[in-house]
Amino acid sequence: MAYTKAKIKDLVEGKIDRDTLHTMLSTPKDKERFQIYIEILQEQVEWKDPIILPLGPKLYIVQRQSDKKWMIRSHAGYDFCEWDQNWKLHARIRVRNTAPQMEELYPRLMAPSPEWQVIREYFCPVSGDLLDVEAPTPWYPVIHDFEPDIDTFYKDWLGLPVPERA
Amino acid sequence: MNMQSTVQTRGIVRGGETLKEHRDRLMEATKRTKHYAGLQTMELRDSDPIKYNKLFSRLRAGVVDARETAKKIAASPIVEQEGELCFTLYNAAGDSILTSTGIIIHVGTMGAAIKYMIENGWEHNPGIKDKDIFCNNDSLIGNVHPCDIHTIVPIFHEGELIGWVGGVTHVIDTGSVGPGSMSTGQVQRFGDGYSITCRKIGENDELKRDWLHESQRMVRTTRYWMLDERTRVAGCHMIRKLVEEVIADEGIDSYWKFAYEAVEHGRVGLQARIKAMTIPGKYRQVGFVDVPYAHEDVRVPSDFAKVDTIMHTPSEITIRGDGTWRLDFEGASRWGWHTYNAHQVSFTSGIWVMMTQSLIPTEMINDGAAYGTEFRLPKGTWMNPDDRRVAFSYSWHFLVSSWTALWRGLSRSYFGRGYLEEVNAGNANTSNWLQGGGFNQYDEIHAVNSFECAANGVGATAHMDGISHAAAVWNPEGDMGDMEIWELAEPLVYLGRQIKASSGGAGKYRGGCGFESLRMVWNAKDWTMFFMGNGHISSDWGLMGGYPAASGYRFEAHDTRLKEIIAEGGAIPHGGDTDPQSPVWEGMLPDARIKRDKQAITTEAMFKDYDLYLNYMRGGPGFGDPLEREPQKVADDVNGGYLLPRFAESVYGVVLTKAGDGMQGVDQAATDAKRRAIRKARLEESVPTAEWMAAEREKILAKDAGTHVQQMFAASFKLGPRFEQDFREFWDLPADWKLLEADLPIPSYGREYSMDISELPDVKTVQFVEE
Repeated sequence: MAYTKAKIKDLVEGKIDRDTLHTMLSTPKDKERFQIYIEILQEQVEWKDPIILPLGPKLYIVQRQSDKKWMIRSHAGYDFCEWDQNWKLHARIRVRNTAPQMEELYPRLMAPSPEWQVIREYFCPVSGDLLDVEAPTPWYPVIHDFEPDIDTFYKDWLGLPVPERA
Repeated sequence: MNMQSTVQTRGIVRGGETLKEHRDRLMEATKRTKHYAGLQTMELRDSDPIKYNKLFSRLRAGVVDARETAKKIAASPIVEQEGELCFTLYNAAGDSILTSTGIIIHVGTMGAAIKYMIENGWEHNPGIKDKDIFCNNDSLIGNVHPCDIHTIVPIFHEGELIGWVGGVTHVIDTGSVGPGSMSTGQVQRFGDGYSITCRKIGENDELKRDWLHESQRMVRTTRYWMLDERTRVAGCHMIRKLVEEVIADEGIDSYWKFAYEAVEHGRVGLQARIKAMTIPGKYRQVGFVDVPYAHEDVRVPSDFAKVDTIMHTPSEITIRGDGTWRLDFEGASRWGWHTYNAHQVSFTSGIWVMMTQSLIPTEMINDGAAYGTEFRLPKGTWMNPDDRRVAFSYSWHFLVSSWTALWRGLSRSYFGRGYLEEVNAGNANTSNWLQGGGFNQYDEIHAVNSFECAANGVGATAHMDGISHAAAVWNPEGDMGDMEIWELAEPLVYLGRQIKASSGGAGKYRGGCGFESLRMVWNAKDWTMFFMGNGHISSDWGLMGGYPAASGYRFEAHDTRLKEIIAEGGAIPHGGDTDPQSPVWEGMLPDARIKRDKQAITTEAMFKDYDLYLNYMRGGPGFGDPLEREPQKVADDVNGGYLLPRFAESVYGVVLTKAGDGMQGVDQAATDAKRRAIRKARLEESVPTAEWMAAEREKILAKDAGTHVQQMFAASFKLGPRFEQDFREFWDLPADWKLLEADLPIPSYGREYSMDISELPDVKTVQFVEE
């Protein structure tokens, strides 16, 4: 089942109608979705470098036109690191590890106990966008959560040319 | 003279193989060809696809029909209301062909029992004959927890075995140390309740009298136990009859081919679906849950179990270019002295319950998916214990949170491909479990396990909020049940049921909220209750900027004087504990003895009439930055009771304004300014990650963390050398930095010494995963 660009845009914007949503959930996936999706996201950013893979609502792997390097970039245009590194190590972090900090988010008693669990917020250094939240125990290493095999994905799974990578 | 006979006896499987020969041949062919049973082509499906699909549709519909019909026999609301049952059809080797709706984690667990019978010579002793009935609930060979009782019936055609059918229900009590199906008081299997290992309990379609007399007195809730068993037997017999009819119509040869091709079809289908929906690569995630046993209200028999610990499941998913995948749980915690351990089969089989809700949402749920997946569960971990003493009664305490981390991982690939409709930030920690027992309103020995938490909050997606008070991952057909039915089943009157405000994790799309029920003990005698859920830890994270769901707490009130207050016409607690930070019930119960704290796991406490118990069902995690949430939705949440008003501003940056009729609207200009201020504060209050890491490293060097945190890492290091190596490299720790459980000031029984069930005489366990 294929969908129009307008329908996919509705999905991206959280406005998809229930009938189309049901079809999307209950029928085989539309392989061409990826390209239309990328096109929509590209129209929503202010920079021209092509998006290779979205990592979150405001986080992308892009091909930097100036040097063809693949970078992890925020919506606001901050380049954290190369695509295969852990971007969180290059972000700004705020750790909630006291009861008053937890109680800004949750009512008392419904908040995690900070001696057991902390909340780590990772921000874009330019915009202050919250890009990821981790909630591990103290001492826990920063998780490198996703290492995509983009070459195989593009070439073998989607039949698309792999963008140049310096 | 001692002579041994060498006469070959004909096996019972169709064609004359023994069950063991049959399974060995299939497994050898599977290993050699990488196709289930060596089926490199699917002859029936390819040559006569209409017949193949007809067989599938008829059998699947029949299995679902058997479940729907049989559940009406049960009296237990867990089965009759919540649908906690499932029926599965197996081929002769014990591999599932198809399964009904319901608690489909058991697609693998009953198969594990059949395989145990095959590998341990049940064919010769006690013998397997047409119209036999077997019962199993042994968690050491693959069951989830003892309260899931299996009834297994072989299916014969013209005197030869052609398959099996299994039915399972979640019974309300198994006679464990504490009442209730998922009790907490015991720390070893020997207190976990009645355990039955693939026992022949019936012949000629009739249950044996010794079984009936023994089993009924091994549990507290005899009536429910008996009717649940009739439910399972009836469903199995319906499905056996269906198979006989299908064979009469379509021929045994077609059925026989179908019974194996369907499994290979399931395997191939998973691979195709992985390629259609995900992105190749590596995904890493982690889950945690608290085991707060040092508290005085956790009364266990063994001092060595009176410790606070944290259960830990890191996972790495590898999706390869050919659509195959591997799930590795290196670094997971050791099994423990509590009831939250799991067998490798329940851990892996349950993953399919989850995957049917996103990756493989088809009716073709069978063992094919398991054959298409490589699992690595290190031996000795909580999900693959190496000691036969372990208890399992509430394995779900950590199963759900360990699996939903995988959901988050896969959601990264759905998000990357634009399949936002499949993204799910996770699930709720499906608790609290209100359990207990004593004499009920009918003056009978009773036990309760309220299944209201079959309707927790669901995690948010990438395009809409999670559904509130709606579902539980373990039963896709879950339901909170009617209050009137629960009041019939439990001597507990409802004083309120309402949405649990702020229980869903914040986000651009918030997690679904849970709900809460306030119960008053009424007409109970010698009554006890306890709490079972997460408290110190919110076990389900959010995704891509979304926050975890709220964590749990307990409220119980004793000596309330409610009888007198009601007689005097005074105000009494009702509705919900709307804001636990500003409690109001305490003011209505000035003389009561109240426990309100983070101790969300307890053991049996005494309750009497007019005492109160708050049953709080958790919410789901959120997705995306809360500052991106449409402001009007935040106001709607406050108006609807989903969000406490103060969090509109502190979490979402939304400034509310009065909108008439007591409702809240949005002050857009003030909201814009507030959101700008929050972004500024985020940057001011944050530091570069490298700077924070340097400070955290100093804490690690100084061993500055609670003993429970240190114990978690030390135990994971011991079982997961690669996890330890990664930890040391990440923090750049010197070689002389060591963290050993032996050096911590708490006992760690089980650390060095363990004895597996496979070490018992004449026992052959079946290994399903890489260890």
